[in-house]
Parts: sequence; C-alpha cells; structure tokens
Amino acid sequence: MSLVSIRDVRKSYGAQEVLKGVSLDTGRGDVVAIIGRSGSGKSTLLRCINGLETYQSGSITVDGMAVGDGKTDLRTLRRHVGMVFQQFNLFPHLTAGENIMLAPTVVVKEQKGEARAVAESLLEKVGLAGKFDAYPSQLSGGQQQRVAIARALAMRPTVLLCDEITSALDPELVNEVLKVVERLASEGMTLILVTHEMRFARDVGTKLVFMHQGRVHEEGPPKALFGQPATPELAQFIGVQP
Amino acid sequence: MSDFSFWIILQNLLLATRWTILLSLIAFVSGGIVGLLVLLARVSHGRVLRILSLGYIEVFQGTPLLMQLFLFFFGVALFGIEVSPWVAAWLALTLWTSAFLAEIWRGCVESIPKGQWEASESLALSYGEQMRHVILPQALRIAVAPTVGFSVQVVKGTALASIIGFVELTKAGTMLNNVTFRPFLVYTLVALIYFALCFPLSWYSKRLEGRLNVAR
Ligand SMILES: Nc1ncnc2c1ncn2[C@@H]1O[C@H](COP(=O)(O)OP(=O)(O)OP(=O)(O)O)[C@@H](O)[C@H]1O
Ligand SMILES: [Mg+2]
Repeated sequence: MSLVSIRDVRKSYGAQEVLKGVSLDTGRGDVVAIIGRSGSGKSTLLRCINGLETYQSGSITVDGMAVGDGKTDLRTLRRHVGMVFQQFNLFPHLTAGENIMLAPTVVVKEQKGEARAVAESLLEKVGLAGKFDAYPSQLSGGQQQRVAIARALAMRPTVLLCDEITSALDPELVNEVLKVVERLASEGMTLILVTHEMRFARDVGTKLVFMHQGRVHEEGPPKALFGQPATPELAQFIGVQP
Repeated sequence: MSDFSFWIILQNLLLATRWTILLSLIAFVSGGIVGLLVLLARVSHGRVLRILSLGYIEVFQGTPLLMQLFLFFFGVALFGIEVSPWVAAWLALTLWTSAFLAEIWRGCVESIPKGQWEASESLALSYGEQMRHVILPQALRIAVAPTVGFSVQVVKGTALASIIGFVELTKAGTMLNNVTFRPFLVYTLVALIYFALCFPLSWYSKRLEGRLNVAR
C-alpha cells in the first residue's frame, strides 16, 4: 500500500476549481517530483497533504491516517509529515538550534538536552555544524533553507513535503540545498517535492508528475518522461519536440 | 497670599505628582494585563470571544474616558457600593487602557507574516503553542515602541481623575490656584511637569521605533 495516497481530490477557491480530481500514489522511499506551470495547483496539492488547506471532495491518506476527514487530529498527522517552504519561514527570534529544538521540546516534550543533541547532529548533517547559535538573519538563504530542512527532520517525519525550496535562492546557493535533499533521498526518505529544477527532478526523482490546469496530466519515471513526453503540454513545458 | 511662594507651589505640585505617577503606573500595568486577555480573545479562534472582545474595545475606545470615570464613580454608587475616587480612577483607567493596548497589540500580532503561522502549524504546534512560542515573542518586539508611546496617553488620562476629586497633579493645581490666584504660574508649572513626565516616554518610543526600522 502506498504511504501517501491521494484519490480524486477536488479543491476550489470560490468559483475557481484549482484541483480537478487529482490522484497520486507515493510509496515508501519514493521521491516524487511535481512540475508544472505557475497556477497549475502544485502548492495547493502539497498543502492539502498536511492539512494546511482543506479540500472539497476525494480523499488523502498518509500512512493510513485520513487527512481532512475531520476525524484525524491534524496535529498527530503533522508529526509525521514535514514541510519545507519556499521562503524558509524560520523563526527569526530563535537561533538555528532553537528553531530545530522547538517542536521536539514543545510538541513531543523531549528533554532539552536530548533535543539539543539531535539538533546538533541534524545541523551537522545539513552541513551547518557550528551554526547552532546563529540567528536566521545571520545566515545566507541557502543556510537558512538547510536549517529549515533540519527543523522539519527533527520531528522524524515519514514523509517530507518541499515546495519550491530553491526558488527563493541565489543561483549559486541552489546546489548546497539540493545536495542535502539528494542525500535524504539516498537515505530512503520519502519526498514529495514541487520543483523547477528539471535536472534534479530527472536525476533524483523516482517519479515525475506533470500537473496541468489542476490535473495530473502525465506521470511516470522521470527519465522516460523527459526523454519521451506523451503529451504536447509536457513537451512544451520541458522544451523538447514531441 | 504672597507668602505662597513659587517654591511652595512647586513643592506641593511635585508632591501631588507622585499620585499621578502612581496612578499611571498602576493603570498601565493592570491595563496591560487585562489588555493581554482582551488581545487573546480578539485573535482567538472562538467566534463568540472575538465578537465580545471587539465590542469591549469599541465601547471603551468609542466613549470619552471622562464618561467612563463618571460611570465608575457615580454609577457604581447607585448600587449602594461606595467607591473611592482612587478606586474609580484606577478601574476606569485600567479598562480604558486595556482596550487601547489590546487594539495596538492586535495590529502587532497581525503583522507577523503568514509563513510563521504555517511553519509552526506544519511542525504540529497547537494554536496556543504557536502563540506562546512563535507569534507573541515576535509581536512583543514590534509592540514595545507603540506601547511606550501609548503610556503618554495614560499619564495625560490621569488628569481626568481630578474631576471626581482624586488629588493628583491637575487637582493639586486647581486647589493651589484657588488659594494663590496665580493661574498662569500654577498651570504653567503643571503643564511643565506633565511635559517632563511625557516627553521622555514619547522620545524613547520614537527612538525604539527608529531602531526597529533600522533592524529591518
Ligand atoms: N488562498 C487562495 N485564494 C484564492 N486563490 C488561490 C489561493 N491560493 C492559490 N490560489 C489560486 O489557485 C491556483 C493554484 O495555485 P497554486 O499556488 O497551487 O499554484 P502553483 O502550481 O503552486 O503555482 P506556482 O508555480 O506559481 O507556485 C492559482 O490560480 C492561484 O491563483
Ligand atoms: Mg506554488
């Protein structure tokens, strides 16, 4: 059974239908790369998975927990679903280390010392050993985003959602963040990421999803799709002749 | 009456100033505590709480402080409860202050970017935990300057307590004028003392504001 199962999800903002029946399966250890034009509903879909957005019909389950049916406690769900944002959204009044320790100490009630040790090892993992006491404003965008990834990992999520996490970065900082994500992927972390980094989607993704006008227009193994897009829309989007 | 020298007038005014300062301080502190509760109601998820707190704020912002003082002083007496000018002034100023502070602070809370809510929500924090650990600490920093700025209004607001007979700076001025018949001197001194109390506060508030803007 798939870890994240999305079935015929529909979502509207007022009269505008943004998701028009989206279905998508993500298995354990999958790296799903979602691509598509601006406004095609990529972020909305991702935000439905951890309950930041509600949807009108269909169903989403994560590790057997139904999302948005009103029965599953969203807090329980979110302990298993991490999210990293385009704008980092670090807490500016807390140091890098405190950002990472916040949820484990407040939500999981971990001991301070224990949480601190975890935070330090996570910072090391994202290549920021020694930045424990730095405030977000003292870090570059790439460093901030890596702290944000560490912060999400501190809750030991079963799946990590990433919404264009390199789009706000200067080009020379993109790679340091992608490397961290690639390493997570190689360690077997389940990832669903919206991205504009086509090469990353092809090389690291285990599944490519092309969204178009609120639907999954095409999906499959990245290399196959990039090599031979089945639809003119995807061909045009990735810039190859069908 | 000429033996009511300048120094005696000044001395008496300064003695009364103690009460202005004390009333200001107490009203500000208790107003701040009540204001925090009103703020929490105002930004809560509960519809009823939000409406009630909005009504509270509108009532105290939308009526003159003097009327509020009268209501506490004379109104409560109608129920057979004896209220001293001191208590009436304290209560009225507390509620009045709380309404304004709650509204100022609401602005600060709402200026925290949506991403902060979303990030903390995604980390499984509850609403209360988000408030306590993420939103309020940031809002507090923004709130310091306008809060200190508002304290000037509280100091000036205490002058109204003179009307219900509480002997603070303004009332002392009126009494001294009645015996010395030197209104210009007395009220100039009164005004200068208010200015000496308020100016450092507003100056400090402006400085904090400037520092915050530079920090961005
Ligand atoms: N809160 C909202 N209220 C109303 N409409 C919204 C809201 N959020 C998104 N939309 C609309 O929903 C559609 C899909 O938005 P979404 O953010 O999911 O697109 P996206 O594929 O992530 O685009 P981008 O690549 O620009 O991030 C857009 O037309 C957008 O205008
Ligand atoms: Mg988006």
